[in-house]
Amino acid sequence: MSGDTVADMPAETVSVTGWGRTAPSVARVVRPRSYEEAVEAVRGCGRRGGIARGLGRAYGDAAQNAGGAVLDMTGLDRIHIIDTTGSSSTGGAAGTVMCDAGVSLHRLMEVLLPLGWFVPVTPGTRYVTVGGAIGADIHGKNHHVSGAFSRHVLSLELLTADGQIRTVERGTPLFDATAGGMGLTGVILSAAVQLHPVETSLMTVDTERAMDLDDLMARLTATDHRYRYSVAWIDLLARGASTGRSVLTRGDHAPLDALPARARREPLTFRPGRLPAAPAHIPEGLLGRRTVGLFNELWYRKAPRSLTGELQKISTFFHPLDGVPHWNRVYGRSGFVQYQFVIGYGKEDALRRIVQRISGRGCPSFLAVLKRFGDADPGWLSFPMPGWTLALDIPANLPGLGGFLDELDEEVAAADGRVYLAKDARLRPELLAGMYPRLGDFRALRADLDPRGVFVSDLSRRLNL
Amino acid sequence: MKDAFGTPQSLLVLGGTSEIALATARRLIARRTRTVWLAGRPSPALEAAAEQLRALGADARTLAFDALEPGSHEEVLGKVFAEGDIDMVLLAFGILGDQARDEGDPVAAVRVAQTNYTGAVSAGLVCARALQAQGHGSLVVLSSVAGERARRSNFIYGSSKAGLDAFTQGLGDALHGTGVHVMVVRPGFVRSKMTAGLEEAPMATTPEAVATAIETGLRRRSEVVWVPGALRLVMSALRHAPRAVFRRLPV
Repeated sequence: MSGDTVADMPAETVSVTGWGRTAPSVARVVRPRSYEEAVEAVRGCGRRGGIARGLGRAYGDAAQNAGGAVLDMTGLDRIHIIDTTGSSSTGGAAGTVMCDAGVSLHRLMEVLLPLGWFVPVTPGTRYVTVGGAIGADIHGKNHHVSGAFSRHVLSLELLTADGQIRTVERGTPLFDATAGGMGLTGVILSAAVQLHPVETSLMTVDTERAMDLDDLMARLTATDHRYRYSVAWIDLLARGASTGRSVLTRGDHAPLDALPARARREPLTFRPGRLPAAPAHIPEGLLGRRTVGLFNELWYRKAPRSLTGELQKISTFFHPLDGVPHWNRVYGRSGFVQYQFVIGYGKEDALRRIVQRISGRGCPSFLAVLKRFGDADPGWLSFPMPGWTLALDIPANLPGLGGFLDELDEEVAAADGRVYLAKDARLRPELLAGMYPRLGDFRALRADLDPRGVFVSDLSRRLNL
Repeated sequence: MKDAFGTPQSLLVLGGTSEIALATARRLIARRTRTVWLAGRPSPALEAAAEQLRALGADARTLAFDALEPGSHEEVLGKVFAEGDIDMVLLAFGILGDQARDEGDPVAAVRVAQTNYTGAVSAGLVCARALQAQGHGSLVVLSSVAGERARRSNFIYGSSKAGLDAFTQGLGDALHGTGVHVMVVRPGFVRSKMTAGLEEAPMATTPEAVATAIETGLRRRSEVVWVPGALRLVMSALRHAPRAVFRRLPV
């Protein structure tokens, strides 16, 4: 009887939240350690269905399933094939990896960097799984050059609602529904990913300051194409003439000859530092307008006006917050929301209005991130589209925040923009179809593939995905 | 599902003509709430309340529910939960009774207790079980400062609310860790049809103010909410006042 196998699988009923720690719900979390156990877990989901979860870095309720099952995929953590020559069965050019969905990008970097390969796309944290990276179709500082994560996925294995494991090739409808599909087409079990070659594990970084939003946009527009990686950190608490003042950090992987002689002996080491974790209980309201404003001020003043060719570690350049485990606790028990939207090129006025409104309201937001996206990705619910994307963190206990973000949504929707589902915990469901024109196709494919609605999450319930 | 700010998309009101409940529903509809069930004894007032909420854009439905018939609660409320998740249950039914008359009419006094306390125990338990199966949701119970310490002038009502309050706190502890959030709301004197004609107590408040406090409590996932907030201190002082002093207070 299949129930015996399920009983062997580690399972516990616990409260689950996203990284923002808002809206907790209780689910039975099962941790499959093999494909067979994953199949059992999907078959045994029960009436309230199931959803895959990786390292829980989605900010909102994407990897929660109240009253149902949550499949913790981090037990499936094997790297199967690393193909550095392009000859074997991964199906791509040189530099591909075939691994389980529960492998983290951190692990991939540990293994691949010494071999001279880097992940094709990394977000602001290394602690996401390959499955999560595909499910949310994550992007990084190189989107304007490389697109989102799924563009580098050659194929994947998907466990669907009928308990079958399907190999899904890129370019097929199921692939495009799964890329950015928030885990709602099935459980991704493994993927073959195209890698990026590097000579060293260091980054060569150019830093410059921009006085205000217009200055920032002008600088990004003029010179972004020179850099593989580009992002601007923007101080949304600055008002008046300095509204939108920011620090641009842009760079590329350092070539071997850019390293000093000493470092050249071990050019591919990967040793990210870690500080002590944030304490478990932090009082509410520590991050008010004044403290955050002071932090942003100091941070802006400390940044060099202009600095080129600085060598930085990968962890410093890409993942500054990963240095503090559990940094999300600093917002106290109410948690925080991350608001990220994109607005197309040509609609800069809407972006300006939104930035004005945020800074005018004095939202105690730490550094926000502004970036230019490149071409849209093929995923039906993929977030990126050509335009400007802004991401900011706000404490959830700020009075009136819900209504304020709704107003920003209206601006975004009116400018044909969209908000990012992997970050969302509060979007008004009515706005979704306008933001994601292929939502109808996505729903139709799900209705066909998963007629009983086995795959369901708090996000899918809330937004009727 | 509730959003990051605790705002529900679906609401079940037990006591569908309660002014506090309707003020709360209006407030939540302005944010995210789309589905509203108004449960109560069938009456034109209940239908009118649903109509009013529909005008605000909600899908509001009425449901025949009687607090005094606990035997029917399982079936009546079970149907609602079978139709879809309920993100928030607002237990708002209750009667004030007439202290002076009820002291001489034990049957009427028991009716106050049965409505406010035993009816709520039954409905509360039925809803708690359904919410637990969902793994999420809030059960918000309208208690009263009158339950904090029984007063000479309304101890029949006060004792029923004291029972309800204690029951709700215990239920909240029982449901801790199940994903279900239980919140006790203790308003002071609320100007409404229930208190029409009564002499107003100090720190009187309005149904709208209670609704605002409920919305804030949902956002903070509070377990106890006082309306107005300062009543918490006042009632703490009154609770510790010596009996001989308390008896003589003009409250």
